[in-house]
Amino acid sequence: MRTGPLERWSGRALLAAALVLTVLPLITMVSAALQPADVNPTGLAWPTDPQWGNFVTAFETGHVGRLMTSSLLIVAVVVPVSLLAATLAGYALGVLRVRGGGAVLIFLVLGLTIPFESLIIPLYYQAQTLGTLNTRWAVILPLIGLFMPFGVFWMRAHFVNVPRELSEAARVDGAGVWQEFRRVQLPLALPALSALAILYFLWTWNQFLLPVVLIDNPLERTAAGALTFFQGQYSLSIPLLNAGALIVIIPVIIVFLVFQRQFVRALLSGAVKS
Amino acid sequence: MTVTPPPRRLPGRRPAGAARGWLLLLPALGAYVGFVVWPLGMGVQYSFYDWNGVGQATWVGLENYVTVFSDPELRGAIGNAFVLLLFFTVIPVGTGLVLATLIRSLRSGAFSRASQTILFLPQVVPLAAAGIAWSWMYAQTGAVNEVLSAVGLGGLTRPWLADYDTALPAVGLIGSWVLTGLCTVLLLTGISKIDRSLYEAARIDGAGWWREFFTITLPGLRQEIAVLVTLSVIAALSTFDIIYTSTQGGPGRSTLVPGISIYRIGFTQSDVGLASAFGIVLMVLVIACILPIQRLARAGER
Repeated sequence: MRTGPLERWSGRALLAAALVLTVLPLITMVSAALQPADVNPTGLAWPTDPQWGNFVTAFETGHVGRLMTSSLLIVAVVVPVSLLAATLAGYALGVLRVRGGGAVLIFLVLGLTIPFESLIIPLYYQAQTLGTLNTRWAVILPLIGLFMPFGVFWMRAHFVNVPRELSEAARVDGAGVWQEFRRVQLPLALPALSALAILYFLWTWNQFLLPVVLIDNPLERTAAGALTFFQGQYSLSIPLLNAGALIVIIPVIIVFLVFQRQFVRALLSGAVKS
Repeated sequence: MTVTPPPRRLPGRRPAGAARGWLLLLPALGAYVGFVVWPLGMGVQYSFYDWNGVGQATWVGLENYVTVFSDPELRGAIGNAFVLLLFFTVIPVGTGLVLATLIRSLRSGAFSRASQTILFLPQVVPLAAAGIAWSWMYAQTGAVNEVLSAVGLGGLTRPWLADYDTALPAVGLIGSWVLTGLCTVLLLTGISKIDRSLYEAARIDGAGWWREFFTITLPGLRQEIAVLVTLSVIAALSTFDIIYTSTQGGPGRSTLVPGISIYRIGFTQSDVGLASAFGIVLMVLVIACILPIQRLARAGER
């Protein structure tokens, strides 16, 4: 591979430029959030007297505590249930090789191409019929369904690559399907499962369209869905709006930084597989 | 895609095993059919009716579909979505290719790991928050105008999202911001998988940087590029969050996209049939754009 000094340095310069462009919007958010709440801030100037109190104000007036609880309640149902359903189905398709499994897989994968916008109108009237409209269930149930194509595909891809000898050896030892699943398959599936869990968390936390349409009260939505509420609440104060938006972003960034290895791997291999 | 080998089963265990297998599939299929396939069917049904969501629905046949393609506002929304392809697909994949080829020499080490992390950040930020962050970047006193003034281009400053001519590209660039990091990192991973000896052979042949790029790097990244194009085309055609929190489709209809249109027609104007028809058209458009890409990628593998 050809890497002359010129190329190396132009590469570094370009990369540096890309990095600056990447973080600039986030940094200007921080600088805006720290400027006095009642003044129209200016872009790049770092405030001389940073108003950390803005975050407290945004947290309180934005009912962020309630919002986070609401998001977590949604996450706490969607993520485990989706993981369980996707794992069982992935196991059935990848290890048990159910007859007709190929057709099931294609049927599911077709769902990856359906934009959420194409479903949002019927989902609204479905929630109305089910009586879940304006409750968290209106978001939870469809999200689980919408997460299935990717999850099943992902878990099947993992299970298919587990050597068949392992499960056969367990069977010969007299283990039933359930025991084999728990003792042999589940431990091996942990990396795939945790990556999927991270993705599900991220997609649920960041989900916007469903909560905005299906839950009238912003305080029962996901955190991202509640950003519209901040926009209404802080339409006159750019500093507070940015402070509020940052509070919503921070948990995902923390999760990202903690799990970044699994994260990047998950997103990359997830992208390649799908 | 892996090829499934013919299943080996122990004689006599199959019927019970098959039933159990389908039992395990049940929760996933139930959720999928109940909340994806069923609503999709309902959407198709609605699309043939004139219905305000409450009263009596009237069968109108294909009228709603005719409206989707004849109404200038809706056609404009589709047109805008295709303009966004430039910003969501062409720019990120192009920039990603350039960055990835130029920084491959930095692949290992703390700096490159840190830059990978940073480049990935926009991927994890909620799109709705990206819309808010960039509204502020583009504001009259925001960073974009400040930088322009600082470098002596003060004449260009404007409220970018409120200007009819610049709103759509400005919104598109938010998409570029979100997707470029993902493209760069994925393409870098792809480049690291290309056989080193190919480059050595090319060098012995006296190939220059451009020839190396077009004869080795680009073909070697075919699969990654197909994936990124697919993902970003879906993202472009079904944009909603970014526009909802930045321009709401304005000024006028200059940044109106199908997602916003469907939302407004369905929930503000209560024309459920038309909104559903637009939803189905959007899905068909996405599939129509994705299929040729997949086919090209497959063809290249053989």
